[in-house]
Amino acid sequence: MAEASTVTADRPKHLHPHFVSSEQQFDAAKMGMWLFLVTEILLFSGLFVAYTVFRIWYPEVFSHSAELLDWRLGGLNTIVLLASSLTVAMGVHYAQTNERKKLVRALILTICFAAVFMIVKYFEYTGKFAHGVFPGVNFDPHGTAGGHDYAAYNIPFAAQFFSIYFVMTGVHGLHVLIGIGLFSWIVIRANKGHFSSEYYTPVEITGLYWHLVDIIWIFLFPLLYLI
Amino acid sequence: MSADASTSVNYLNHDRSIKSWLLTLDHKRIGILYLVVISLVFLGAGILALFIRLEQIAPGQDIMGPDAYNQIFTIHGVLMVFAFIIPAIPAILGNFVLPMQLGAKDVAFPRLNLLSFYLYVGGALIVLSALLVGRIDGGWTFYAPYSIRVGDSILFVTMGVFVMGFSSILTGVNFIVTIHKMRAPGLTWNRLPLFVWSLYSTAIVQVLATPVIGITVLLLFLERLLGIGIFDPALGGDPVLFQHFFWFYSHPAVYVMILPAFGIISELIGTFSRHRIFGYRFVALSSIAIAFLGALVWGHHLFVAGQSALASTVFSLLTFLIGIPTGVKVVNWVVTMHQGSIQLRTPMLYALMFLILFSIGGFTGIMLGVLPIDIHLHDTYFIVAHFHYVMVGGNVIAALGGLHYWWPKITGKIFNETLGRIAAGLIFVGFNLTFFPQFITGSRGMPRRYYDYPVEFESLNQLSTYGSWVLAAGMFLIAGYLLHSLFKGKKASANPWGSLTLEWTHTNRLPIPHNFERTPIVTRGAYDFHLAKDLFKDEPSGNGVDSHQVPDLEQEGRPEA
Repeated sequence: MAEASTVTADRPKHLHPHFVSSEQQFDAAKMGMWLFLVTEILLFSGLFVAYTVFRIWYPEVFSHSAELLDWRLGGLNTIVLLASSLTVAMGVHYAQTNERKKLVRALILTICFAAVFMIVKYFEYTGKFAHGVFPGVNFDPHGTAGGHDYAAYNIPFAAQFFSIYFVMTGVHGLHVLIGIGLFSWIVIRANKGHFSSEYYTPVEITGLYWHLVDIIWIFLFPLLYLI
Repeated sequence: MSADASTSVNYLNHDRSIKSWLLTLDHKRIGILYLVVISLVFLGAGILALFIRLEQIAPGQDIMGPDAYNQIFTIHGVLMVFAFIIPAIPAILGNFVLPMQLGAKDVAFPRLNLLSFYLYVGGALIVLSALLVGRIDGGWTFYAPYSIRVGDSILFVTMGVFVMGFSSILTGVNFIVTIHKMRAPGLTWNRLPLFVWSLYSTAIVQVLATPVIGITVLLLFLERLLGIGIFDPALGGDPVLFQHFFWFYSHPAVYVMILPAFGIISELIGTFSRHRIFGYRFVALSSIAIAFLGALVWGHHLFVAGQSALASTVFSLLTFLIGIPTGVKVVNWVVTMHQGSIQLRTPMLYALMFLILFSIGGFTGIMLGVLPIDIHLHDTYFIVAHFHYVMVGGNVIAALGGLHYWWPKITGKIFNETLGRIAAGLIFVGFNLTFFPQFITGSRGMPRRYYDYPVEFESLNQLSTYGSWVLAAGMFLIAGYLLHSLFKGKKASANPWGSLTLEWTHTNRLPIPHNFERTPIVTRGAYDFHLAKDLFKDEPSGNGVDSHQVPDLEQEGRPEA
């Protein structure tokens, strides 16, 4: 069997020693992230199946309970997340065109949008908790707010709706928090000038992750708030 | 090929500090870390199995009460399934061998690989802490609502399984990307070793199925913590939904356990029959077929759980289909041996054992997929015997065969071939003695998971307990001579079995940290044994031609090159 000589040409700093070329490293990272996103979809798929099963069993309970969720806050969050996906896409573009300042600005905007999302979610959650809307056995709605008499929503199986609501949005929110952490790390690295048109893999694959977090919310919003 | 002096740099001696091991990014060292930890888990969970059998030696209470028995079989099941069988072959042998079989310097994501290891260790520790914190009960399946009510440390077990699941997912992602992106020049898909194909299909299942168990145990965790009412019927939840979720992962997980075993068997049968694998493409693609079909049959675990008759019929038919790609493999292996020239070395003995034991496990699996038979045999010892024939007779036997086969590459040492054959015999006898009687007791109606049984089953249960001692003796013998070979074993040559895959032909006796001096260029298939004479020429080591004469002859009277 023939043997090729190792390529010993000058290797850029970002190139890990076990890769032959930057292209190979970039392709591998991107493929790895896509596979990870598949696992994320399957993670959420369990929750979507649970949602579907209980919705088919108790359709009127679900549409009734959904009235307690404020579609305006959900809608605001949808817009905020869509905007953050746009700024991420711009960030990837600026990384490719070596515009470091614009890259940092786009990523900081992304973090801000994500933070707005979490703040809105915080007020939604605490608003529910204040009126005894907890998941599962602790479900005990009372009081009035926003024109709703919460006690009227204490019907059988409404607790399941809110369990699913809190678990789905909770797991999703956890992903948003992780995204904020990742983007903070990338902003620091971008500030140090780690990224260029030659090497922007972390920006790209974190962007892919963020788009998935966005897409999952696009499904959660109508399923939980609107229908 | 590569010369090898005892002073040369290799992956073991280039840095000997503890830190260089605990923080290593080298796939070979990570494989060894897994080997150490997983072996300890196997030892612990195996000793628990001996206690289970000891309690069953006679009817009534022998050495422990029902409560202790429930805890012990639960922790035995959880540890063996999630912390031993699922990671064993991919994490130990896959990590060690895969990049070398691909002609790569490492897996695609070495840091992720190390993270997988620590997630695995963390998950296993969380599961073990459950034992210290309180009672666990309900078996490895933690069916709701039992698992929601009984035992007080199920929270820890589910959390541990969740964390170990992440380890499994990350390993799967890593392997798929490695196989796609890191192959050496000339190593086309049709030239890949079959172990690589099997790890590839295993990784697909890991990636597609494991997230579902993740969300399932998370929901169970929350059910227990907050009473969210998804699975608990008292709160309006659906316990059958739990079973669907659980088996949507855990049935494919059966293929996570058996597919890499198939890969090892292909390597062993090819090498020790000194013949190309008959129907290579069918063997390779049948792994992929099993991976996909395996995702469609989970409902056969729910035949008596209140699933609709139509669903059960469909799941039953789909279950039969799994027999086709599996049969393709077994037939092709047998034809390969028929055409080849068989060398009965220790690893090959395991391959032969596998063919017998796995076939019994597989056929009883098809039996259990038949609706009326399953209703009779459900939750009896017949099930216990069936899945031990697949899990132990399939996975563990193949893992042992693989460990013996790659031992000279991992350690650079040759184990004692005579003791190896004796141990293989003990394991074969001990295993059948332990589990075959359980087919009989099960078909006569002895239910699983009870510490006690009616008097009429006593003699068969005694036989089973005696078998467990023989099996344990075989295992301890293996541990003994393998550890002995580390210190006193003869030095292996770079390719003692005369294999044709890159980890044997293109590395030193002990591989260097980045595996290859030069990236190999591949110009032939992994099992082109008709080229062996040309490839090895008159090289004494590893031509495989004379190695069948006597055991232990690789190094005798032969100078170190």
